[in-house]
Amino acid sequence: MAISQPVQRPSGPVTAPAPPRGRRRKDDTALALLFIAPAFLGFAVFLAWPTLRGIWLSFTEFNLLTPARFVGADNYLRMVQDPVFWNAMVVTLQYVVINIGLQTVLALLIAVLMQRLTQSSLVRGLVLTPYLVSNVVAALVFFWILDTQLGVGNQIIAGLGLERIPFLADEAWVIPTIAVINVWRHVGYTALLIFAGLQAIPPTMYEAAKVDGASEIKMFFRITLPLLRPIMALVLIMTIIGSFQVFDTVAVTTQGGPVNASRVLQYYIYDMAFGRFQFGYASALSVGLLVVLMVVTVIQYRLTRAGSSDLA
Amino acid sequence: MALMTTDATPADATEPEQARTARPGRRTSPGRVLAWAVMILFLLFSLFPFYWMLRTALSSNNELYAGAESWLPVGFDTGGFERVFGLQTGEEALAAGGSGQSLNFFLYLRNSVVVALLITVGQTFFSAMAAYAFSRLQWRGRDFVFALFLGGLMVPLIFTFLPNFVLIKQLGLVDTLLGIALPSMLMAPFAVFFLRQFFLNIPREVEEAALIDGASKVKVFFTLILPMSSAPVATLAVLTFITAWNDYFWPLMVSYTDSSRVLTVALGVFRAQTPQTGPDWSGLMAATLVAALPMLLLFLVFARRIINSIGFSGIK
Repeated sequence: MAISQPVQRPSGPVTAPAPPRGRRRKDDTALALLFIAPAFLGFAVFLAWPTLRGIWLSFTEFNLLTPARFVGADNYLRMVQDPVFWNAMVVTLQYVVINIGLQTVLALLIAVLMQRLTQSSLVRGLVLTPYLVSNVVAALVFFWILDTQLGVGNQIIAGLGLERIPFLADEAWVIPTIAVINVWRHVGYTALLIFAGLQAIPPTMYEAAKVDGASEIKMFFRITLPLLRPIMALVLIMTIIGSFQVFDTVAVTTQGGPVNASRVLQYYIYDMAFGRFQFGYASALSVGLLVVLMVVTVIQYRLTRAGSSDLA
Repeated sequence: MALMTTDATPADATEPEQARTARPGRRTSPGRVLAWAVMILFLLFSLFPFYWMLRTALSSNNELYAGAESWLPVGFDTGGFERVFGLQTGEEALAAGGSGQSLNFFLYLRNSVVVALLITVGQTFFSAMAAYAFSRLQWRGRDFVFALFLGGLMVPLIFTFLPNFVLIKQLGLVDTLLGIALPSMLMAPFAVFFLRQFFLNIPREVEEAALIDGASKVKVFFTLILPMSSAPVATLAVLTFITAWNDYFWPLMVSYTDSSRVLTVALGVFRAQTPQTGPDWSGLMAATLVAALPMLLLFLVFARRIINSIGFSGIK
């Protein structure tokens, strides 16, 4: 973490050796409470409390109208036997694999190209542009571009003499399509994150390698990739966590269909809560998602040794 | 991150673009040409949808069917935008391939602005106050509370949405703009963390000189710390504004009627109101463009700031 500051003195009520000039240095508790109050209220009421409450609700039956009724682990028992839940889990995993796989490779390519070709802010700005619009906007534009009859994407496909593809209406195509739509919006952002990591690699390394006659491709695999590992690990953890929460694109374009082919976990949770008012079960599903995210993060952190750097 | 400090020169010294890109001595090798081709292809992929939004928004629905292959607007027509802003009567709209239902995008635009501003101003200001308490004030339990806040970074926002909805409902704030803004108005763990880092790096001497002159710590915060950190504060504000503006899930849960509908949710509704004849593509793309435009304009103004902030925000 970036806490580059020297370790803070343990701050008792009487701070031990006051700095020579700061004779007025004293305990600021009263003022600090005032300054921290709004943020603490927000933290306690809208972050900490809902987290605990979400876990509690997952053990209840709750429809918003009558008080929550404790049902023990019933929701979890239902969850492990719910084929739609397992389908949602599989669909979500497929989405994450395609989305993250494509996005990471593309982002890495763009980042390296930017590093080796140009430092232009204009290029970086253009790369980032799709990230500025909402998921809803991205979803709708591609909904139109990929429309089976009129969409320009399918016009081109038909123009090449190929069969039109019902991208968002076909069970096999829908998840890859949604994954690509979200790659479009997020890949620039990811590329800039990686680009920032690339800046930390000393240029002297490349110069030395060049003197030794190394090719660009060799430099990429021998210098860039190994030294980028900690950054890539962090980027992956962040993007994967985000990827698991896919919702907007599905809600706007397919509503989980055709059949259940794009019913991702988060959409199932939303549907359970707001379509069927089963808040208790929906909360249990949320806890399920949370557990998956935690497991993924821990595994990744271990696998990639994200905490250590090779750039000593 | 220690990594970031080892070498900051290349990122910072980007100002004279020409000097770098057209550096003499770098001959155009086939590899470079290929690399540029890939880059340009990628940029086209990134930017084409924006052009296609504009092209479709300026086309007439009735001619989109015949002119689907055209790369330019077909049957040039601003009717899409007129439908979005409710300037066409129901009959006109139906004839032009709209749903005929009235939409009030000015209202949604206003709602989006209000929500995004409430969140941006509130979150930035209250997080700055907290960051000041965490970085510059001496009090018991400071490190403990800060660790708690950092722990908040671990909870995916999405997990808090259902319980927060229940809470907002109990508070009677469902379907209000305040209900949409409130959960993110008071703080965000990342904002506190981000600003604390900058406040810690302001030299202590500056603050102490003011204190010796008799200024209170409150005054120091408002007249010294905040102005000296105006750049990171502005960066954070812009990022928060963009996130708030683009949010869909939470507003979708909380808002039911026009009175609290924000643009992203309105777009979803517009999409769902498909007329008998098939989607009103021209109107839909006009609406999409209207929703995207404020962010694109903001980006035009703050591009450098946003781009430069990404290294930090990502590598926390």
